[in-house]
Amino acid sequence: MSASTYASALGLEAAAVLLCAVVTLWRRSLGAIVRALAIQGLALACVAMVIGLHQRDPGLVVVGLLVLAAKAAVVPMLITRVVRGDPGSRETQPLVNVPASLVAAGALTFLAFAATRSVTALVPTTAGRLIPLGLACMLVGFFALVTRRKAVSQIVGILLVDNGVALVAFLATAGVPLLVELGASLDVLLAVIVLRVLATHLRSRLGPFDLDQLTELHD
Amino acid sequence: MVGAGISSAVQVAVVAVGGPVLLGVMRKVRCRLEGRVGAPVLQPLVDIRKLFRKERLRPDQATWIFALAPVVLVSTVAVAAAVTPLVTTHPAFGAGSDLFVLVYLLLVGSTILALAGMDAGTAFGGMGSSRAVTIGALAEPALLVSILALSATAHSSNLAAIVRATLAGPGSVATPQRLFALGSLLIVIVAESGRLPVDNPATHLELTMVHEAMVLEYAGPDLAVVTVGEAMRLTLLLGIFVNLVAPWGVATTTHAADIAVGVASLAAKVALLGVALSVFEVSTAKVRLFRIPELLAGAFVLALLGVVSGLVVK
Repeated sequence: MSASTYASALGLEAAAVLLCAVVTLWRRSLGAIVRALAIQGLALACVAMVIGLHQRDPGLVVVGLLVLAAKAAVVPMLITRVVRGDPGSRETQPLVNVPASLVAAGALTFLAFAATRSVTALVPTTAGRLIPLGLACMLVGFFALVTRRKAVSQIVGILLVDNGVALVAFLATAGVPLLVELGASLDVLLAVIVLRVLATHLRSRLGPFDLDQLTELHD
Repeated sequence: MVGAGISSAVQVAVVAVGGPVLLGVMRKVRCRLEGRVGAPVLQPLVDIRKLFRKERLRPDQATWIFALAPVVLVSTVAVAAAVTPLVTTHPAFGAGSDLFVLVYLLLVGSTILALAGMDAGTAFGGMGSSRAVTIGALAEPALLVSILALSATAHSSNLAAIVRATLAGPGSVATPQRLFALGSLLIVIVAESGRLPVDNPATHLELTMVHEAMVLEYAGPDLAVVTVGEAMRLTLLLGIFVNLVAPWGVATTTHAADIAVGVASLAAKVALLGVALSVFEVSTAKVRLFRIPELLAGAFVLALLGVVSGLVVK
């Protein structure tokens, strides 16, 4: 793979990760948000595999395949089931309206760019220059966590933060050890499975699960 | 060899004749997809001829603005079509093809049309104008930021220079910066030309209409001029967009043969984009008026991401 193809492929994929994060703030229907999340997982896996192929590191390609399986297939499928199981909450109810959250996402992207100047100076590689995009994805995830109240939106926020962390890890260290990535991915998978079990229980006990309504204890 | 003046005149003629034909093509595609036969492709041209033969009728209370607006609309679009690199990368007054100049030339036409909508003093006209101006004001920041992102690659906001830079360096066609900016630009073009999902040009439903409400008082020859102006505007915007996306086929010399190739490739590209837009229109519903800010805020953030990724990806 020539240097310029590598640079442009990596740039496109990292930008796609950030774009998907912004799309989760843009769209209202949870189905569309989960689809964006799946595409983000795909883009993240491509980042890992492209770096792996470029550095001829089979371990990183395996990590990419694992990310593909976990974040582009299994996790979105599990969340889709939660969304389908609760027809009353197909749409998010953001505390901050959509145009304002989009403008905030733009501001966060600039903040990420400004904050990572010293980090990118330390990693003067093609991949290292893209680190701001990963940090921006993390910040957008935090923003989603703060402003979205549905349980599914919360898990989407956590996944955005996790994908951002993974992107920064791939870009900054040119590949994390297989074991570390495996641990992180399994953690997230476990969290989503727990959410799925919890969501089923919550719905059978309390009806629809809006976090704002969980203000008192029930028997 | 033909001069820059003649090639600019060719551009204006192509946009003026091609505009109504493009409308006809888009309507035909839409009808076919909905299972109807649809009017012939040249129907808009026939309609315009019919309108020109009708009696000139203007509201009693209307002032000179009402009479002037259609002419100003058509002439601003014609000037814009003359200076943009639609068929050739060396149009007359090449320095005028700056994207900022174009944006504000087109804005003059929109503004005078909004004023004319209010001029007759009817409730509908005012409503349409207010909606059109609101959408225009929301589209403006997205448009300017996407121009900024596009001009960063060519180090110039001159449209002809951007097209020449893309032709010279095909490696920079698929950078995230350009793709984000072009995505944002497409949303803005759809909003500005009043197509679905922002406005439905095929209905006269009082609750939702934007552009049709604004020109409701026009009849006869005035309506014909307004229709031509709007069709030209749509064609010009789509033409600028396709030449930013894929400038191949645009004449870089002033040979008559190259100009002919340029005209043919422009017609093919714009027709293709028009068909794609109508297929999209069939599969989508109009967005609620109060959700249009969300759509345009999305376009703004896309453009912003374009600028940021331009800073990051070198």
